[in-house]
Amino acid sequence: MTVQELICIGCPMGCQLKIEMEAGEVIRVSGNTCNRGDAYARKEVTNPTRIITTTVRVHHGTQAVVSVKTESGIPKDRIWDCMEEIKKVTVEAPVKIGDVVATNIAGTGIDMVATKNVSVL
Amino acid sequence: MKAYEVVVIGGGPAGLAAAAAARKSGIRDVLILERDRELGGILNQCIHNGFGLHTFKEELTGPEYAERFIRQVEELKIEYKLNTMVMHIQRDKRIIAMNRQDGLFEIQAQAVILAMGCRERPRGALNIPGYRPAGIFSAGTAQRLVNMEGYMPGREVVILGSGDIGLIMARRMTLEGAKVKVVAELMPYSGGLKRNIVQCLEDYGIPLKLSHTVVDIRGKERVEGVTLARVDEKGKPIPGTEEYISCDTLLLSVGLIPENELSAESGVQLDRVTRGPVVDDSLQTSIPGIFACGNVLHVHDLVDFVSEEAERAGVCAATYVKREHIGTEGRMIRIVPAAGVRYTVPQMLHPDTMADQVIVRFRVGKPYRNCRIRVAINGDPILCKKRPVMAPGEMESIVLEKKIVEEYPGVQEITIRIEEA
Repeated sequence: MTVQELICIGCPMGCQLKIEMEAGEVIRVSGNTCNRGDAYARKEVTNPTRIITTTVRVHHGTQAVVSVKTESGIPKDRIWDCMEEIKKVTVEAPVKIGDVVATNIAGTGIDMVATKNVSVL
Repeated sequence: MKAYEVVVIGGGPAGLAAAAAARKSGIRDVLILERDRELGGILNQCIHNGFGLHTFKEELTGPEYAERFIRQVEELKIEYKLNTMVMHIQRDKRIIAMNRQDGLFEIQAQAVILAMGCRERPRGALNIPGYRPAGIFSAGTAQRLVNMEGYMPGREVVILGSGDIGLIMARRMTLEGAKVKVVAELMPYSGGLKRNIVQCLEDYGIPLKLSHTVVDIRGKERVEGVTLARVDEKGKPIPGTEEYISCDTLLLSVGLIPENELSAESGVQLDRVTRGPVVDDSLQTSIPGIFACGNVLHVHDLVDFVSEEAERAGVCAATYVKREHIGTEGRMIRIVPAAGVRYTVPQMLHPDTMADQVIVRFRVGKPYRNCRIRVAINGDPILCKKRPVMAPGEMESIVLEKKIVEEYPGVQEITIRIEEA
């Protein structure tokens, strides 16, 4: 059995969570004060994901770069692959919020979309 | 001279929400004056997610959150001027501003809403010795350079201050290929949200050194390194604990100050603790018809609460213009921050004209565990709220009910205090 410790991010309480695991399965979560802590702990030790936000270069736009995000969380261990791939992407103005700037980023099945409108210079 | 019913100073989250609310309350002439090239304010550079959980029940990035309000302002056909700097606001609500198209011009407003936001504490406020080499940035400046202008300020970074912007930038610079060596925090606790400590530092293995500060900056043309030292309870560096860290960039995330030069010039009374205007329950300042909301009033940690507060300021400014009753008349009750409470906003309320419920926001002076927020009128407890954890970095609030306040005629003071278990 292995024990992992995490700080819950559900609210300002910041509960110290203790997660007991065996063969990749969560056996017990303790230290949490509410159900959100339990859910967070289980997700965080089995399949932690993060929404990645960054920027890509824009050609002929009113701004040099446009902000983008992964449409949903990607596995935490794919963050660097995602960054490597998105670095090579450039877009042409105009860009609208929600425009897909890269599909299936780093093979995660998740698209990256623009989060800001940039018009043509 | 042009005349408007309501003029909003600043087109960031507070200004946008206030303008929209004033317009929806039936004010036809609303004007927003914004000094940047676009509306949205600081949200435009906050490209990370986590905005709008309260307002929209979804997690948006800063620009997306701003866009929701910009769209409202456009749909409501609210007039705005960009690249426009307000130079002066007079007591009679005459505004002097300038831009490239109109030159220097004057506007007469019936009501003014102050929504200028805040700015970062600079290096000069910290008394760090050393030369003035390139490579020292406030965290927000670095954020704008990276996220909007597309420049990287440096490659090896030390961050002083663990406020949210510093934490967010630690992650951002790391993702862009920089090595963030350490985040140093003077206080024994972080000033940022827990979520940011975990997701910005721990995720990337960036060390956080509490009770540490920068005591020297080396480098003449460009930063070459900084010396960190541990500090005692009084914040004084402890000799012998110095540690040199080479870096080419120092980011400062050491606090925000409401930007109130215009307010002060107009004669609005300022609060010594918040460094924002003193307001009543209608968010009206000491000058009738001048209202304040958002970070110019007091620094918030969540934009959702800025929007909520600004909406109230917009509604109250509209009420003022329509010459209806707002909380300015009759008796006045002071809201007094007592043990553990640093300040409250509003600082006073008018019991005769107050809304059925008034939200009072405040901050505590240090971290607390298992404590109670106690609200009392003339010593009589009227509200007691249990709080398992409170921290200076997280704004607190209580709701004052008109029907309870009414039970105490002749009352002059409401106190809010923290009681430790």
